[in-house]
Amino acid sequence: MAQPTLRPALQQQATPASSVRVTQLAQVFERDRPPVLDRIDVDVAPGEFVCLLGASGCGKSTLLSLIAGLGTPTSGSIEVTVGRPALMFQEPALLPWLTAAGNVELALKARGVGRRERRTEAERLLSLVNLAGQGRKRVHELSGGMRQRVALARALAQDSRLLLMDEPFAALDAITRDALHEELIRLWSEQGLSVIFVTHNVREAVRLGQRVLLMGSRPGRIVREWQVGMSQPRAIESPGVSALATEITHHLRAEISRHGR
Amino acid sequence: MAVDDETLTTEDSRTFEAGLDALEAPTLSPRPGPGAVFLRSVLPPMVAVVAFIALWQLAYSTDLKPSYALPSPLDVLRTFDQTVRDGRAWDAISISVSRGALGFLASLAVGTMLGLAMWRSRWLRTAIGPFVSGLQSLPSVAWVPAAIIWFGLSDAAIYAVVLLGAVPSIANGLLAGFDQVPPLLDKVGRVLGLSTIGRIRHVLLPAALPGYLSGLKQGWAFSWRSLMAAELITYSPALGIGLGQQLNIGRELNAMDMVIASIFLILVVGVAIELLIFAPLERRVLRTRGLTH
Ligand SMILES: Nc1ncnc2c1ncn2[C@@H]1O[C@H](COP(=O)(O)OP(=O)(O)OP(=O)(O)O)[C@@H](O)[C@H]1O
Ligand SMILES: [Mg+2]
Repeated sequence: MAQPTLRPALQQQATPASSVRVTQLAQVFERDRPPVLDRIDVDVAPGEFVCLLGASGCGKSTLLSLIAGLGTPTSGSIEVTVGRPALMFQEPALLPWLTAAGNVELALKARGVGRRERRTEAERLLSLVNLAGQGRKRVHELSGGMRQRVALARALAQDSRLLLMDEPFAALDAITRDALHEELIRLWSEQGLSVIFVTHNVREAVRLGQRVLLMGSRPGRIVREWQVGMSQPRAIESPGVSALATEITHHLRAEISRHGR
Repeated sequence: MAVDDETLTTEDSRTFEAGLDALEAPTLSPRPGPGAVFLRSVLPPMVAVVAFIALWQLAYSTDLKPSYALPSPLDVLRTFDQTVRDGRAWDAISISVSRGALGFLASLAVGTMLGLAMWRSRWLRTAIGPFVSGLQSLPSVAWVPAAIIWFGLSDAAIYAVVLLGAVPSIANGLLAGFDQVPPLLDKVGRVLGLSTIGRIRHVLLPAALPGYLSGLKQGWAFSWRSLMAAELITYSPALGIGLGQQLNIGRELNAMDMVIASIFLILVVGVAIELLIFAPLERRVLRTRGLTH
């Protein structure tokens, strides 16, 4: 498994300059096609919330799974200074033979947490995502939003300072998604996590992120980025969010139209 | 519904979220009570059995066939009762069931190892996969003559037939189980930082369990069928009298009551083992995963 190597100099400093630094990253799956990722540079500061936007198939998931260590890039480097990143998939990806708590406990077990401690820690994490007392439920007894929250609790159980999220709320209805946005922003600000949040929903990106990166397709490149000046919490239907979302949508559409010509 | 986040307290949003959960969580239908189960699942087959016996009695009373060829239900019951009283039925059951169990356990070991090997080695799978699947549809009674030529009229011949009948199902069941494991779940194991062993133990094996179990169930059905085919043909005093041999004796004596009583026992024992061992196991595994109620 390709765990990015840590630079000793960074490790020794009290606060590393970034949680993750991606440099000139490229990924080629098939030789005769344009690279899926091309010269990607991303730098995420500790505690920063970055949203990654892009059209379908532009390579967002590929980038995120490379950062998560689920593959080896063709070239370039990925330095994660905060240990193994936690990753949330587009689907909840819960293990259906385990209870909600069992899923969270497996992440703790993988970290080597003792049995008794696992129990209480899982309960604590579940109440953090507002699922107190629901730990004994099986996956099929939970709604889509609850499943995604168990997945979030499981990601938090990895106790990583870097949380990677791949369109985690895409399959949910708007009201549930709103509630989870609130939940996520609360957790992020309480725990000082760095987050890379992938979505193709522009408003969601502006609602959540401090910085929004726009990715182009074929080859996948970061084509533009925006700083979101507004403070949290902010509502997805607030005028500020709408205005910036409109501007970003304009660029996203232009980027997509490029391929239609 | 426009909710202005800035005016919401954490408490408000918690209540809001709990409300969503209450509305959205799937409502599972409660398990039916014993009365409902009786009316829905037990009564209809009972009615069918009674109707069948009534038809049989009618055929007997109207002399559709000479009575040695078509005994009355009561005759069969008497013969059956006789074999139970003098212990022949129990002997035959214990001989056949212990053979069946031993044959199944051997098939389980061999089939599981074969399945694992085929899963680990793509080459092996491509090489012998089609033959293993082909064997699954070959009626194992076809092996009986070969087994007798190789092993004589012996237990070894019977076990050979049982193994050839059951091993392919079990190996294929395990393979199907592994194939059904969604790649996403393996990624979850890697993201969580589980070791290879940990991923096999905590992700792969549990995920493959339903397919494996249905392979085992089918393996048992094939074991039992193969065993009866083998017992029916390999008759020798040294082998003792199992259910299949009892059936064969009935045929040689032209005793239809004994033949029917034996068929009945073979059916009941095969179904009982499936219902008492495999069905609850499978139901439990599926219910935990919400695949059935
Ligand atoms: N293992 C692979 N082998 C070959 N091609 C791949 C592989 N993984 C991804 N691709 C290709 O790379 C491109 C980017 O895929 P990726 O899943 O990263 O896109 P995405 O931006 O996440 O899209 P979506 O918004 O639909 O999730 C796609 O064209 C896909 O077909
Ligand atoms: Mg994707």
